[in-house]
Amino acid sequence: MYAAIVFLPLLGFLIAGPFGWRIGARPSEIVTTSLLFVSGALSWIVFFQVALGTAPASVSVIGNWFTSGALQVDWSLRIDTLTAVMLVVVTTVSSLVHLYSIGYMRDDPSRPRFFSYLSMFTFAMLMLVTADNLVQMFFGWEGVGLASYLLIGFWYEKPSANAAAIKAFVVNRVGDFGFALGIFLVFVLTQSVGFGQIFAAAPGLANKTIHIFGLDLDAMTITCLLLFMGAMGKSAQFLLHTWLPDAMEGPTPVSALIHAATMVTAGVFMVARLSPLFEQAPAALSFVTIIGATTAFFAATIGLVQNDIKRVIAYSTCSQLGYMFVGLGVGGYSLGVFHLFTHAFFKALLFLGAGAVIDAMHHEQDMRNMGGLWRKIPFTFAMMTIGTLALTGFPFTAGYFSKDAIIEAAFASTRGGAFYGFLLTTLAAGLTSFYSWRLVFLTFFGAPRWAAAGHGAGHDLAAHDHAAHDHEAHEHQVHDHEDHGHEGHALDPHESPFSMLIPLGVLAVGALFAGLIFSHDFIGEGGPEFWKGALYLRPDNHILEAREDIPGFAKQLPTLLMVVGFLVAVLFYFLAPSLPGRLARGAKPLYEFLLNKWYFDELYDAIFVRPAFSLGRLFWKGGDGAIIDRLGPDGVAARVVDVTGRVVKLQSGYIYHYAFAMLVGLAAVITWYVASGVR
Amino acid sequence: MLTISLSQFLIVAAILFTLGVAGIVLNHKNIIIVLMSVELILLSVNINLVAFSAFLGDLTGQVFALFILTVAAAEAAIGLAILVCYYRNRGSIAIDDINMMKG
Amino acid sequence: MFGFGILSCIVFLPLAGAAFILALRGNDEATLQNARRAALGTTLIVFLLSLYAYARFDPSSSAFQFVEEKGWLGNGLIYKMGVDGISLPFLLLTTFLMPVCILASWKSIQNRVKEYFVAFLVLETLMTGVFCSLDLVLFYLFFEGSLIPMFLIIGIWGGQRRVYASFKFFLYTFAGSVLMLLAIMAMYGVAGTTDIVTLLQTHFPSSMQKWLWLAFFASLAVKTPMWPVHTWLPDAHVEAPTAGSVILAGVLLKMGGYGFIRFSLPMFPEASAYFAPLVFALSIIAIIYTSLVALVQEDMKKLIAYSSVAHMGFVTMGLFSMTAQGVQGAVFLMISHGLVSGALFLCVGVIYDRMHTRDIAAYGGLVFRMPLYATVFMIFTLANVGLPGTSGFIGEFLSLLGAFRVNSWVAFLATTGTILSAAYALYLYRRIIFGVLDKPSLASILDLSWREATQFAPLVALTLFYGVYPSPVLNASAASINALLKGYDTALAVTKTAALAFH
Repeated sequence: MYAAIVFLPLLGFLIAGPFGWRIGARPSEIVTTSLLFVSGALSWIVFFQVALGTAPASVSVIGNWFTSGALQVDWSLRIDTLTAVMLVVVTTVSSLVHLYSIGYMRDDPSRPRFFSYLSMFTFAMLMLVTADNLVQMFFGWEGVGLASYLLIGFWYEKPSANAAAIKAFVVNRVGDFGFALGIFLVFVLTQSVGFGQIFAAAPGLANKTIHIFGLDLDAMTITCLLLFMGAMGKSAQFLLHTWLPDAMEGPTPVSALIHAATMVTAGVFMVARLSPLFEQAPAALSFVTIIGATTAFFAATIGLVQNDIKRVIAYSTCSQLGYMFVGLGVGGYSLGVFHLFTHAFFKALLFLGAGAVIDAMHHEQDMRNMGGLWRKIPFTFAMMTIGTLALTGFPFTAGYFSKDAIIEAAFASTRGGAFYGFLLTTLAAGLTSFYSWRLVFLTFFGAPRWAAAGHGAGHDLAAHDHAAHDHEAHEHQVHDHEDHGHEGHALDPHESPFSMLIPLGVLAVGALFAGLIFSHDFIGEGGPEFWKGALYLRPDNHILEAREDIPGFAKQLPTLLMVVGFLVAVLFYFLAPSLPGRLARGAKPLYEFLLNKWYFDELYDAIFVRPAFSLGRLFWKGGDGAIIDRLGPDGVAARVVDVTGRVVKLQSGYIYHYAFAMLVGLAAVITWYVASGVR
Repeated sequence: MLTISLSQFLIVAAILFTLGVAGIVLNHKNIIIVLMSVELILLSVNINLVAFSAFLGDLTGQVFALFILTVAAAEAAIGLAILVCYYRNRGSIAIDDINMMKG
Repeated sequence: MFGFGILSCIVFLPLAGAAFILALRGNDEATLQNARRAALGTTLIVFLLSLYAYARFDPSSSAFQFVEEKGWLGNGLIYKMGVDGISLPFLLLTTFLMPVCILASWKSIQNRVKEYFVAFLVLETLMTGVFCSLDLVLFYLFFEGSLIPMFLIIGIWGGQRRVYASFKFFLYTFAGSVLMLLAIMAMYGVAGTTDIVTLLQTHFPSSMQKWLWLAFFASLAVKTPMWPVHTWLPDAHVEAPTAGSVILAGVLLKMGGYGFIRFSLPMFPEASAYFAPLVFALSIIAIIYTSLVALVQEDMKKLIAYSSVAHMGFVTMGLFSMTAQGVQGAVFLMISHGLVSGALFLCVGVIYDRMHTRDIAAYGGLVFRMPLYATVFMIFTLANVGLPGTSGFIGEFLSLLGAFRVNSWVAFLATTGTILSAAYALYLYRRIIFGVLDKPSLASILDLSWREATQFAPLVALTLFYGVYPSPVLNASAASINALLKGYDTALAVTKTAALAFH
């Protein structure tokens, strides 16, 4: 059964991929989607058996992948509670997204390709979460990266999509660079890459130092930092986050599946899976906390001012991933995973809802050209509102349980960086509330600006004064939209087909109740028997208990800030719609700074991309051309020609010159003969 | 009576030889002079041969000297014949015009 | 078999095919077709023979197998053939790539067709000879001999600057080899034989090892090629016809790496340990430097050529790590790179045959007209990037792991190469395949023909198969490499104890 969960999506890919063009779009959709639903149903069974029930955790080896010296890598399926949770998340969201895509992509000519990529992604993701060794995890890790690359660049005629796809792949590679080095180091330390042996060896390696990179470093800390670098890349954490917003070039279902619910949480999963290692490296955990908190805050600030509906949600995702890492960093692995679990529901819901809005608006993504949509698409509006409530942590929705638990844990923890984590995540909670409600208000309330703005044309009429001064950025975004030949017809927002609405409904149920139902098992008293040791905690790690006993104000603070954020959003976009514009003009440098995403893209362009190209050119023309070739073959050849050019002049063609040379030679020989004595 | 010693013969021969070589190397005008210089060198060798033959009392050397004279005459004839041909072809036998052997 | 061994059969059968083609008279289409078929048939038979050898090969033994020995030139110079787990994969790679190359030249070669196929068959003899010979002089003969057909292939059937490229190729590689010849003579002087099996057991004095190592290095480094003697490769690749590039990247480069494993490491272990830092440094420079250069190329073939240099940097790094993972990874990477870079050159060849330009800017949006081609190209691009699940990953991963065990900085710097390779490979792919198809010249470009699809199919299959199940290659070479490493460790331990005793 475990194998079926993992390999049914692969089967779907193998049918829809190579043969999709032959069997047609509709059969491809049906095959991949139904296989995914089977896989999803099996996953829930596994979840009930392994996580909620009493079935033992197991590792089944499928076969040997490669063996070299002491290194042995198997294809295997490791099923424990953590895997079961991930299986449920991945297959559920994936099957819903498959279903949703049938509606969303209904006009696209390359549907078989799209569905095969989705299934391939699901397969790779499942390989990742069921891995029993680091190398198979790396296989899934890069596999999802490939799927992400292919899906971001799905509309390959768009230059921006291609650029975003490459960016995503390469930035992820930067993370994988650390991940790979981490794997090497783990192998050097433990002579194995299998989880069983690594975890068994980890306690013995605590506080050991290793001589690496010319320094004596704490073995576990450097290992965990290197591995975490992989997580930073995949989970779009601070410094390696730049690819995620650009990834929104892909079709919206992709954003929901890959760039919100599953792939980007792989980093969180990885840290949780490797908890036996991270537990031995407190310094690395502090680093995780700091990076997570920074990301949570910084992404939220950027989310405040973005105008593209998908980008707002993308930065929100980035920010929420930061929360998860704070949860992990303070030692509450189950908190991070629980937030991952609930986040998958409400963030997928938000993205799919945004997709429904975009579909309704005929592929318009700029919120400044929306407004007043709640009358036109009430169901989508309701779903989006539920998602927003869950995201902002409205009491008793999913986010309320998982997000607030992380903030509480950060407050309770005594680890390094924990207070920083608490401070920034709390602030970010307020910001989250603001930008989420801003999104809802701009999209669904106010005067319908799409009537005036038309579609894509005349956007400078956009009444919203927000737009007035960032015309350039606006232009840019409009060109990047998912325009697919809908230009020209009169815009009449419409509710999406049922295949799109059903997934919304299902996810909304999850977003509302997942926290209520599962918090007891994931992070409450039921924890130990739910996880059954899948997450390792050192005996001195009491964060889960400590979280319960924190002062009341710290408990209420996030909720309070959530309300404040909501009220500010109401003020800005209901009561005084001119306020945001004035504020933006008033604090223009700050506004520009945020709108341009802290100028990270420009910075990286200046310090990595362009130097790489100019170095390349320098090495090519200067190194290879001017030095190696000029001193090497070309130079030698030229010198030979020079020398022979001179030697040739000696050969004048005049007999008396030759005779003279002979004479000189003769004289020399005789002189030498005489001088050396006649024998 | 005046006796001429071997060394005096050899000195004459050496002078002739040197004159011949100088004639070849220094002459830039006419190739016939080169030919004549070659003959001069041959002659100097012949004198040496005869001188040694007389000095050692062995007639064989003088016999060979006669042979050499014959061969030299034949060689000069061939050389001149080539020169004539060359002159017919190129219209000049000035040494400075004959440099087709250059690389 | 027929009075001589299977290896001789594999090595010299192509010559028979070449003789047959030479005997064909006339220049009409039917004759040319016969020449092509004869070449294809010969290479296929040779491939089947080598498969037969593989089936009979015992991977658990580290000894040389199918050994043949005959007297040849007086004392000590013998005709000796044999393969072990290290050379057999290369032999198979060679015989596997040859039919593909013949297919790739089917239509694209139009002048001097017969001579072209003769050159290729002779080349096959020489290449297989390199991997089979167990006598140093015989090896040298094949090793150097393989220059001649390649020189002709580039110089006669090449592109615009073919004469420059072929001379550069020839002189570069030949200059290095002369030193190797000197070393061979010196080794003969010490051991009294050029039998490789005996030489492997011979211990050369430490000081002499260094000189011998350097002499071999001069030849092998050029062939591999390592930085800074790599500049012949981009030129040769650019000018060579497609099949020439495939063989050049697929097999000729591997001779360098093969030479390191066969000679430098086991025969001069002390010198290898002494010079390992030098090799590491050059490898890392090669990886980073040429990856950056590849990023800015405007010529498709040049880009792939530079990427080859970078990948061979991984190979030399893995070899000189002298760990089981490093050496096995290097061997596997060479095999994988032979398939992948060969296939990439074929990919370039496909569109070059249609458009007659290698300029990247002349393409764009090909996916709209050539979906199958786009898929194939994507698979090989990803294998070149080293994505897990393709053969490229195993080799890179193992060689990096091996290097990491020896020196973490080396592995750190080399791993940056994987980032850069993703950048240049995907950037190339994007510029050629993706985007809008708006160039009028491309409007009627056709997707892969059946013949082209046939030549790609086995390559795709092997690339993916080895990515998921690399054991056939790894297992075949494991025993020999273990023996190699054991010998290496013993040799170093001996010198170490001697050094301790001395102080």
